[in-house]
Amino acid sequence: MKLPTTPGQAVTQAAADIRAGAAPRELRCEGAWLLRSAAQTESRIEACLRAFARPQTGELLIDARAITALDTSGAWLLHRLRRTLEEQGCSVRIGGLRPEFDALLALVAVRTTEPTVAAVSAPGMLARFGRNAWDGLLGALGLLSFLGVSATALGAALMQPRRIRWRSILYNLQTAGVAALPITGLLTFLLGIVIAYQGAEQLRRVGANIYIADLVGLSMVRELSPLITAIIVAGRSGSAYAAQIGTMKVTEEVDALRTIGIGSFDLLVLPKVVALVIALPLLTVYTDIMGIFGGMVMARAQLDVGFSTFIDRLDDAVSLTSFLIGIGKAPVFAVIIALVGCHQGFQVDGSAESVGRQTTTSVVQAIFLVILVDALFSIAFSWLKL
Amino acid sequence: MNAGTTAPADNVIEIRDLNTCFGQAVVHRDVSLSVRRGEIFALVGGSGCGKSTMLREIIMLQPPVSGSIRVFGQEVIGLSDEQALPLRRRWGMMFERGALFSSLTVTENVAMVLKEHTDLDAALVAEIAALKIALTGLPRDAGAKYPSELSGGMRKRAALARALALDPELLFLDEPTAGLDPLSACGIDELVRQLRDALGLTIMMVTHDLDLLWRAADRVAVLGEERILGNGTMQELAQSQHPLIREYFYGPRGRGAREQAWNRK
Repeated sequence: MKLPTTPGQAVTQAAADIRAGAAPRELRCEGAWLLRSAAQTESRIEACLRAFARPQTGELLIDARAITALDTSGAWLLHRLRRTLEEQGCSVRIGGLRPEFDALLALVAVRTTEPTVAAVSAPGMLARFGRNAWDGLLGALGLLSFLGVSATALGAALMQPRRIRWRSILYNLQTAGVAALPITGLLTFLLGIVIAYQGAEQLRRVGANIYIADLVGLSMVRELSPLITAIIVAGRSGSAYAAQIGTMKVTEEVDALRTIGIGSFDLLVLPKVVALVIALPLLTVYTDIMGIFGGMVMARAQLDVGFSTFIDRLDDAVSLTSFLIGIGKAPVFAVIIALVGCHQGFQVDGSAESVGRQTTTSVVQAIFLVILVDALFSIAFSWLKL
Repeated sequence: MNAGTTAPADNVIEIRDLNTCFGQAVVHRDVSLSVRRGEIFALVGGSGCGKSTMLREIIMLQPPVSGSIRVFGQEVIGLSDEQALPLRRRWGMMFERGALFSSLTVTENVAMVLKEHTDLDAALVAEIAALKIALTGLPRDAGAKYPSELSGGMRKRAALARALALDPELLFLDEPTAGLDPLSACGIDELVRQLRDALGLTIMMVTHDLDLLWRAADRVAVLGEERILGNGTMQELAQSQHPLIREYFYGPRGRGAREQAWNRK
C-alpha cells in the first residue's frame, strides 16, 4: 500500500507557482494548488500579474498542464485570476488542465459568489445611548408584564389547586433552600464576626461594651441578614433559573411544553417563585441566628461579654417589629430573584452565547433590584417611624 | 485533495475486530470493515444498532473496548489530541444536528476553521468561506445569518460547508438527510455525488434514507445483531437472504425506494 505514514505530508509536491510562459500571451501554472499553501499562491499570482506585461485585449492562454494538485481553494484562486484578467479586457483560456481538475474549476466557477460583506456601520454615541435607554425601558416593561402574567398564572393555579406542582415546589425548596444552608450560614457567621470586631473598638472606648448586642443584633436582623441572603440566593438560584430556562428555550423544550398543553409558567416559573418565597424567609431566620452567633463569639473574645449576657441584652435590643421587618422583606426579595431569573431565561434567543449573557443579566438585575427595593423599604419604614 | 497519486483500491478506513459495549450491552462484536478511497460508503441499520457510535469511534470522539481502527493507514485508537490533529485536518464531519456554533454566523462558522488552521489573510478566508457555502447550494444571503435563523435543511448545508472548509480527503456524514423534506433530501443526494466527483472525496455516511442509498451509495454495510450482516452494493444487498436485511430493504418504504431506483435506470 502506498499510504503515507505521516498524515499531512501525503504527497510532497512542488509548491504552486505561476510565471510568464514561453509565448508572449501565455501564463504558466505549475505545482500543487492546495489550501495549505494558498497564501503563498495568492502572493505569487499578484507578483506575476504585476510583472506580466498584459495585453489589454485579445486572447490570453493560461497553461495549466503542470498543475499537479488542485483543491477548491486552488480552483478559486485560478478562477479569480481568470476573472481579474477578463475584467481587464482579455479573453482567457485555461488549457491543459486535467479533466478532474477542470470539472472542479467548472464547479467553482458556477457556484462562485462574492463574500457577503455585511455593511454594518458602528452607531454613534448618541444612537447607542438612545438604543440602550430604549432597551432598558423595554426590559423594565417586559419584567413588569412578566410579573403580571405570573400573578395571573398564580391566581389561576390557586383556583385549581390540583394544577399546583407540589413535587416541583419541593424539589426547588431542596435546591434553593436546604442546599443553600451551608454557604449562607458560613457567610453571615463571618459577617457577624466582622461587624462585632469593627464595633468592639468603638464601644470599648466609651465603655459601652454591652451595646455590642444592639449593634450586631439590630444590623443583622433588620438589614444585613435579609440582604446578604438575598444576594447569595440571587447568585446561586437566580442564575440557575435563567440558565435552565434558557437552555430549554435553545433546545425548544419550552415550545414542546406549550405544544403538549402544559403551561410553561405552571411548570417552570410558579414552582420556583413559590419555593423561593417559602425558602428565603426561612433562610433569613437561619442567617439571623448565624450572624448573631458570629457576633456573640467575637463579643466574648474582644469585649468580655458572655453568651448569656449577650442574649439577655438582645431581648431588649431587638424588638419583634425589627425582626418581622427583616423577615418581611425576604418574600419580596424572593419574588424579585425568581421572576428576574425566569424572565431572563425566557429572553434567550437560541444561541449558547445568549444563555450566558442572560444568566449574567439575571444576576446583575436581581442584585440591583434587591438593593434598590431594600433602600425603598428603609425610606418607607422611616416615614412610618418603624 | 485531488492528488490522484494513489490507487483507487486503497483503503482509507480499516476497522478490525472492533468491540464496543455500553455497560452490559454489547454494541459491536468483532466488527471488521473497510472503506476504499474515492467511494461513497454507507452504514445502515436499525435505530440503536451502533452506527453513529462507530462513526464517533472512527473520528476519535469515543474509544472502543478493543480492536483496531486505521484511518489513512494510521491507528487512531489511543492517539493523543496532539497526535490526532494532522489526521483531524484531513477529514471533515457533519453532525446529525449540524452542531454549528450558535453565536457565529454561517460564514464565521466556516471561516473559523480556516483561520485556525491556515495562514490566509482575512479577505481570502472570506472568499473561500463564501465559496464553500455556495458549493453546498446555500443562497447568497445565508452566510450572514445565524444558525438559529436557518431552516433545518439550510443548517445541514451550512454544517456541510464547515465540514468541507479544509478541503478534507475524507468526509463523514451523520444522517445527512434526516429531518429534510424530500426535495431538500434529493438535493443532498446530488450534492454528495457531485462533491465526491469534483473533489475526489471519500465519503462515509450513516443513514436511514433508502433513497439516498439507492442514488448515492457505492457500497453499503448493514449493521445489526452486533455485527455486519451484509456488505456490498445495493443490488447485491437486495439479493441477500438474511431476514433482517430483507426486512430492511423490502419493508413498505424500502420497496418504494427500490422501484423508483429501477424506474430511473
